[in-house]
Amino acid sequence: MNELTARLVALREPAPASILPGVLDRTGLADHFVTRASPLGPLFVAYSRRGVTLVDLALTAEAFTRRYEALLGRPVLPAAEPPARLAAALERALVAGRTGRVPLDLAGVGPFQEAVLRKAAEIPPGEVRPYGWVAREIGHPGSDRAVGNALATNPVPLVVPCHRVVRADGRVGRYSLGTDANKRVLLAAEGLDVEAHERLAARGVRYLGSATTRIYCHPSCRHARRITERHLVEFRDPGAAVRVGYRPCRDCRPQAA
Amino acid sequence: MDMSRLAAAIAEDLDVGFPRLVRALQDGVFAGALRLTGSRADAEEITQEAFVRAHRALAGYPPDRVRDLQLRGWVWTIALNLCRNRARTRRRHPEEPLDGWAVAPDPAPGPEQEALAGAEREHLVRHLARLPWPVRAAVVLRHVAGLPYAEVAIALGRPIGTVKSDVHRGLQALRRSLEEEP
Repeated sequence: MNELTARLVALREPAPASILPGVLDRTGLADHFVTRASPLGPLFVAYSRRGVTLVDLALTAEAFTRRYEALLGRPVLPAAEPPARLAAALERALVAGRTGRVPLDLAGVGPFQEAVLRKAAEIPPGEVRPYGWVAREIGHPGSDRAVGNALATNPVPLVVPCHRVVRADGRVGRYSLGTDANKRVLLAAEGLDVEAHERLAARGVRYLGSATTRIYCHPSCRHARRITERHLVEFRDPGAAVRVGYRPCRDCRPQAA
Repeated sequence: MDMSRLAAAIAEDLDVGFPRLVRALQDGVFAGALRLTGSRADAEEITQEAFVRAHRALAGYPPDRVRDLQLRGWVWTIALNLCRNRARTRRRHPEEPLDGWAVAPDPAPGPEQEALAGAEREHLVRHLARLPWPVRAAVVLRHVAGLPYAEVAIALGRPIGTVKSDVHRGLQALRRSLEEEP
């Protein structure tokens, strides 16, 4: 390269940072974010045209947008409100605790993790299921640890309520959004008596049955919570319930061992 | 960035591939537009507008056509039209200042050598602006935007031989004019 062309090359300079967000905004490809109240404080919820992309706690919008760019490799812009349908779905997910049909844009999430997240999203608010239950339900019995990892890297916590998946021994276990204590805060806010749940589990009780219906459930299942004390039967494992003629609940599906 | 793989990605899924296209090409398009229009504000607008138009076009193309695009040259056909139109408008409304003929202000005014380099660049930019349109466009696309000749030819819609000789003549003229008025 001769001196003149080298001088021409030196005229190159990077495009201003405003160009990419501007183009994406004008082509309808920009991701946006809104904030929503949560029991853990203000929550940043980002979404693309396809659905929710990232949910995170952050101190400031700047901190969130920086994290977003680092994680997803593209800019995110503030929005006043999401499109009406997404807004309604978000309201259902974050206020009523029902993920239902919130559209999710989980690019970069593998099929196993996606299956785990979709399964976790089926757990009703105020109820919990063990990691092993998720593993079995998605057809990977025994892969409890992989389920734990998949939930730990849930990009859309709260919207996908990974906090409703707990350890088999009854302890609530770890939580990725902020501290582990946040998991208890969220479950308590949904109406689960976390201490009572843990006390029961500490005594080795994993399932509750009704002597009248002869159905057994996970202890936090809404059907189990309706059983009157007189008819409440405790089981340590599904086998014990089956042996005395109980069948598993069709809603919370505690499967026979 | 492998441009043919990017074209395949865009053909597959425009929404996913397009932001990568903007990332890959925006620096070159901006730098080129800046030297062709002489205005930083114009270059910024043109760069943005070129990509918006590219997106609109890509959305209407069948996947096979997208896969076969020489993306850089193709985006530059759009950008060059915008640069040319802007230059015509500027000639009709010359009162607006052309801030971009000056080189970017040094973000951190440093040692003397840098100030000197800045003045030298400004000088080069002024001489570059005197070249006639197709020659200037060819020189800028080849050496500032960094396009291979084949894509410069696509961008200008001219045969590759013509483009090569334009760049050659452009550089000669530039060298001469820099020598005459250093």
